[in-house]
Amino acid sequence: MSKNIWVSLSVIVLGVLAIYLISGVRPDIIFKSIIVSAFGSIYGITETLTKSIPLMLCGIGLSAAFKSSIWNIGAEGQLLMGAVGATWIALYVMPNAPRLILLTVMFLAGAIFGALWAFVPAILKIKFNLNEIIISLMMNYIAIEIVNYLVYGPWRSPFEWGFPYSTKFPSNAQIPRFLDTRIHYPTLLLALFLAVFVHILLKRSKLGYEIKVIGENMEAAKYAGLNISRIIVVILLLSGGLAGLAGVGEVAGIHHRLRVASGISPGYGYTAIIVAWLGKLNPLLIIPVSLLFGGLLVGGDSIQVSLGLPGATINFINGLVLIFVMAQGFSNNRIFVKKGRNRV
Amino acid sequence: MNLIVDILRAAIPAGTPLLLGTLGEIYVERSGILNLGVEGIMIMGAVTAFGVTTLTSNVWLGIFASAIAGGMMALIHAFDCVTLKANQTLSGLALTMLGLGLSGLIGKRYIGMPLSSKLQNVPLKGLVNIPVIGPVLFDQDPLVYISYILAFLFWFFLFNTRFGITLRSVGESPEVADSAGINIPAIQYFAVFLGGIMSGLGGAYLSVAYAPVWIEGMTAGMGWIVLAITIFSLWRPERAILGSYLFGGVRVLQYRLQPLGISPNILNMMPFVFTILVLMIASREISKKRIGAPASLGVSYQREKTL
Repeated sequence: MSKNIWVSLSVIVLGVLAIYLISGVRPDIIFKSIIVSAFGSIYGITETLTKSIPLMLCGIGLSAAFKSSIWNIGAEGQLLMGAVGATWIALYVMPNAPRLILLTVMFLAGAIFGALWAFVPAILKIKFNLNEIIISLMMNYIAIEIVNYLVYGPWRSPFEWGFPYSTKFPSNAQIPRFLDTRIHYPTLLLALFLAVFVHILLKRSKLGYEIKVIGENMEAAKYAGLNISRIIVVILLLSGGLAGLAGVGEVAGIHHRLRVASGISPGYGYTAIIVAWLGKLNPLLIIPVSLLFGGLLVGGDSIQVSLGLPGATINFINGLVLIFVMAQGFSNNRIFVKKGRNRV
Repeated sequence: MNLIVDILRAAIPAGTPLLLGTLGEIYVERSGILNLGVEGIMIMGAVTAFGVTTLTSNVWLGIFASAIAGGMMALIHAFDCVTLKANQTLSGLALTMLGLGLSGLIGKRYIGMPLSSKLQNVPLKGLVNIPVIGPVLFDQDPLVYISYILAFLFWFFLFNTRFGITLRSVGESPEVADSAGINIPAIQYFAVFLGGIMSGLGGAYLSVAYAPVWIEGMTAGMGWIVLAITIFSLWRPERAILGSYLFGGVRVLQYRLQPLGISPNILNMMPFVFTILVLMIASREISKKRIGAPASLGVSYQREKTL
């Protein structure tokens, strides 16, 4: 373990050095800029909180999946499909419904769309023994193109001066925000509630126990007579549904319309993978970790503007953090015994 | 007929980065290591090749540098998986994020820049006159010809040499290989390094031959398609050729169908939808033939499990 701490430290030092050598911007200035913009002002803090909401929702779902060693890498696509579901309800199904009903149905639709998107890797894993990593990733790329197709094609609004936007949501389909910030607090409260709910689910329920058994030893779980297929489906539906909720929050809480995929999510679904692991796959711990990474995203926007660094810098930092996490053995796979043959 | 020749001829360069990456990943997975970082390594190869070519005006130096860069990136993965015995999935994902991030940082200055010297087509005299096959296979650039040779070598070494047997045994049953005195970490380090070189070359092909430009994130999921073709190929280099050019063909169709008024977004989905379909077919084949992934794929080998 102590060996790994040195590995982690040298990774960070080398990474920071690399940023300096390539960009010519001093690392202390970069980090100061990130921290000040994310946590140094009231506005910064509210933005950090806003960006932590989707990370929280995605991260909570992923923690359940990763705990059962089901590698859902598709939160990004599930989030986007959740956004599509919410937009469909808000603009085409029941735009005139009263606010409470409309928002409830939008969240439900978002969860269902996200869950359905995660159902594809689930069913292919069960029926075709296909690796969920590759399938869920392919589904991300497909979801991105679906969103872009919709906003450039059939759902494009004629009233947006040629921007690839859908029509603006009716006011009843907009999630209320806290004062004049962008914190769409009902989504935040939902995320906090779900963190507690999933925590209890994992700790106390039968499903939680099954998840633990499968995660530690899939083969043994099979011999113990657990219905692995059913559990795989349930877990993927759960994590997909949570990511879908995050998508609803983004379009209904922030943008108030569907827009191109990269405008809805700067990669929340991928960042949430790191959030989940750094949060030790514990939904409660994921709350503070989400705040940290929300701050990193805010800082990432800021260093693009103020220091002229490319947006990819944050990707690089994320990669470093993930290596750090891994080397620390948060996720040591020594506990996983052999998976069966034929697992493609 | 001309149209078909045209499409096939375009499918080969479109499939070449995939072929290079897949050949490498086959060796990596045959050694029991899963490298999900192909996307990140490819994009590092692409930016390195572009940068070094711009710096030296020598496209071959650029290609060479991309191979080295790819190999170095992959060594991080080897260190994680073989030495630290860390989680292979996470290490691969981390590598992808690192590669996408680092290439964006490095490549910022190259955005919108033309490449000083790109890889030119060199029709092979004599061979190019063979009907159909000639123009399709032998009116290409040198890196394509090199990829033909590499495909043959990868096949030959895997199934016809002692090294090939050693590599396969490490991935199939490390316990047996270990007791036979094979240095498992050395084999795995070598395979992962070689895989990195090949992915680096695949990325280089994109930025100095296929596109010749640098665009942030220009691999656009190709690394993940490489992983899918590796499965489709049933971990056999000769089938990787088929798989790669098939996907190259899909990419070509994507461009050819665009003037027909189909939404570019729908066309962009094609390779990914196609990947899923192809994997479903491959999986049927795998269960019918009772073959499968290298048995210890993704599991770090430890002598005397400390369970």
